[in-house]
Amino acid sequence: MDMSQYLEIFIDETKEHLQSLNQSLLELEQNPDDTSVLNEIFRVAHTLKGMSGTMGFTKMAKLTHDMENVLQALRNNQIKATSKLVDLLFKCLDALENYTDNIVNTGNEGSNEYNDIIKELNDIVQTKSSDGGQQKSSLSGKKVSDLDGTSKEENQHPTAAIKLNQYELNVAAKAREMNMNVFKITVVLNKGCVLKSARAFIIFQTLERHGEIIRSEPKVEDIEDEKFDFEFTVVCVTKENEEVFIKDINGIAEVDEVIVVPIDIPELKTSTVQNDDNYERENVQTGGEEVHVQEEKSESNTSSQVHKTKTGKTVRVDIDRLDVLMNLVSELIIIKTRLAGLSGSDNAQTYNETIEYLDRITTSLNDAVMKVRMVPVEMVFNRFPRMIRDIARELGKEIQLNMSGVETELDRTVIDEIGDPLIHLLRNSADHGIEPKEKRLAMGKPAVGHINLRAYQDGDNVVIEVEDDGQGIDVEKVKKKVVEKGLVKKEIVNTLSQKDIIDFLFKPSFSTSDNITNISGRGVGLDVVKTKIEQLGGVVEVETEAGKGSKFIIRLPLTLAIIQALLVMVGNEKYAIPLSSTKEIIKVTPEQIKTVQKQEVILLRNMVVPIVRLDKILEVPPVERKKKDMTVVIVKKGEKLSGFLVDSLIGQQEIVIKSLGKLLSNIKGIAGATILGDGNVALILDVNLLAV
Amino acid sequence: MEERANMESKQYVVFKLGKEDYGLDIQKVTTIERMMPAARVPKTPDYIKGVINLRGEIIPVMDLRKKFGLPPVEETDETRIIILKFDDITFGIIVDEVDEVLDLTEESIENVSSFSNDVSMDYIYGVGKVGDRIVTLLNLEKLTDIDEEDKQGD
Repeated sequence: MDMSQYLEIFIDETKEHLQSLNQSLLELEQNPDDTSVLNEIFRVAHTLKGMSGTMGFTKMAKLTHDMENVLQALRNNQIKATSKLVDLLFKCLDALENYTDNIVNTGNEGSNEYNDIIKELNDIVQTKSSDGGQQKSSLSGKKVSDLDGTSKEENQHPTAAIKLNQYELNVAAKAREMNMNVFKITVVLNKGCVLKSARAFIIFQTLERHGEIIRSEPKVEDIEDEKFDFEFTVVCVTKENEEVFIKDINGIAEVDEVIVVPIDIPELKTSTVQNDDNYERENVQTGGEEVHVQEEKSESNTSSQVHKTKTGKTVRVDIDRLDVLMNLVSELIIIKTRLAGLSGSDNAQTYNETIEYLDRITTSLNDAVMKVRMVPVEMVFNRFPRMIRDIARELGKEIQLNMSGVETELDRTVIDEIGDPLIHLLRNSADHGIEPKEKRLAMGKPAVGHINLRAYQDGDNVVIEVEDDGQGIDVEKVKKKVVEKGLVKKEIVNTLSQKDIIDFLFKPSFSTSDNITNISGRGVGLDVVKTKIEQLGGVVEVETEAGKGSKFIIRLPLTLAIIQALLVMVGNEKYAIPLSSTKEIIKVTPEQIKTVQKQEVILLRNMVVPIVRLDKILEVPPVERKKKDMTVVIVKKGEKLSGFLVDSLIGQQEIVIKSLGKLLSNIKGIAGATILGDGNVALILDVNLLAV
Repeated sequence: MEERANMESKQYVVFKLGKEDYGLDIQKVTTIERMMPAARVPKTPDYIKGVINLRGEIIPVMDLRKKFGLPPVEETDETRIIILKFDDITFGIIVDEVDEVLDLTEESIENVSSFSNDVSMDYIYGVGKVGDRIVTLLNLEKLTDIDEEDKQGD
């Protein structure tokens, strides 16, 4: 069977499962006795085993299988969730992540079998089974399958084994509550039947007169395509009793045999959260179901091949958001017809109304599409607790990571890039920031160090803060290093502000750490962070207080594609300045421009603001200027202000950022181009690079 | 055109620049557009005319006359922008006039390596002959090498 079409679904779901496994393991470490967490872990391991088995990833399936054995023993209280055991489970998780990465990159799981882990797992199981636990575990294994809705009769009839998924179980259970019957009906057609699908259709119709079919095996599509032998099985919810069915179906020609078996539906025990989850997944993703169905059948069928090598970039989209998009598109169609219907005889008012309507829709459409691209930062954040845990162990420190605002959303492209910088910052905080326990206690701080990772939206920006309550940045030490490296002369260094000093930390290969550790200190960190964030159109700031801790603040634009911009004229050319970085607009006379050390400046409310003559820096062909007054757009680059001297203002406008193409990439000072309403092109200025 | 050697022949878009005929591999030509206003891009070599909006796409445009060191001319009704695409790079070149599409066989193309020391020789990989016409065939890869020496020039 060709599985490549399921590969992407598999990868997506596996990643999700691994993530929840990660979280659950962290929880288990905190509360080793929590059975609900344990059940969750078991459930995930089980699902992973099924999924990987179906896809033919035998090694992965083997590992999860052995993991499951250990978890089973845990559930039966035969062994305890010691920290050693949790470590082992984390190792399994890493191995599984490795497999998944391999699958993403190459299409197969790779050759590593992790025999050491498997051996450790088996050792644990063996020690407990020596006291007769084996029997017990197989017993409870049975119980699990009962819960999944497989009734005993079905097990005896192998071809007709139907496993209901959670959603179907819910429907069945609901029906049971309403005193309806749930039957499993197997119909065997006459071998001489020519039009099997047509016959099946008649049978389906007959069944639907009496009740509702909630499941069919093979699937309805397959039956329509005649992809079945002479029998099929359906699960039907009905008010009638079984005789009615037997009589009615037997009344149809070419039916050899009808078997009607009532199904035992277990009480609804599983948590509702999980149910919703399953339900939604099936709604959003057709095809998810197929994986589920096949999961049980082909656990042994592991020889299937995967041809696909690389998977594309995808975004999971809430179906509601797609509905909104769909609605807007249909409105667009309406307005198109309305525009087409407008003729010259119509008055201007109708025309204007239509245009306004169109304007509203395009704005909403824009918003809706943007939202589709948005992903919660949780996607990146959720791997951090594990990372901090590992680092803390390695360093022998006690560190607690608090995360907030994980639901804050960012553009998918930003999300993909933001991970590495954040890892750098978190490692930094854990390694350089948080002091060793003894030192903390000596300083009167709590033994456990705290790192706060916060995300929130602030206007058109998303702010991510990494804050620790460690020792803060030692400004004196940085100064010493700056002088040592010969970056600044000794006499001058003391005149620099704290902020200027801290900025040195973002210079390439600058580390204050005395000893290089595994985690950080090689001085490749902060400059990488800064470059990356600036590439994304964001800024990094640092606040620090010696002895109290430090805070790194990252500001990122909400989206990269559409921004509000201020359009200005320089000479005869139009340029766009992102509104997010403009602060205010002032008029000055030539006399107000002073020169300080060859740099032109103006005084803005007693602040000295350097002036950038855009016409000079952009090499704009000179034009005659009549007016004496000049317009200065005050822009901010981080905390600093600069004034851009322009000829006139056009106004504020929403613009779509487009790249200048490969041929002209990386032109300093130009962030891209946009197309104006009149079809002309205006360049977008890169304020960070142009400001002084 | 009687003896067309089908397997060996390639099609070339022929355009005029001054008095000379130039040819471009038709596979690399996306469209041919009438002249349209371009927005100047600062800090680029002077032969980069700027960027144009081609149906919603931003495309850099090169003034081929400037690139080849030919004297500038007024644009006329015949001036065209040839939009080229290869290796993921899309750009346009401004030419005086687009003539026709020619079939050229391998044999009719002569390699030129040493008949002039002109700058523009770098961008040429051969000369095609059809009857008594001579068509200079351009090497696109070389045309897009803008950064190295040129960018420093400003």
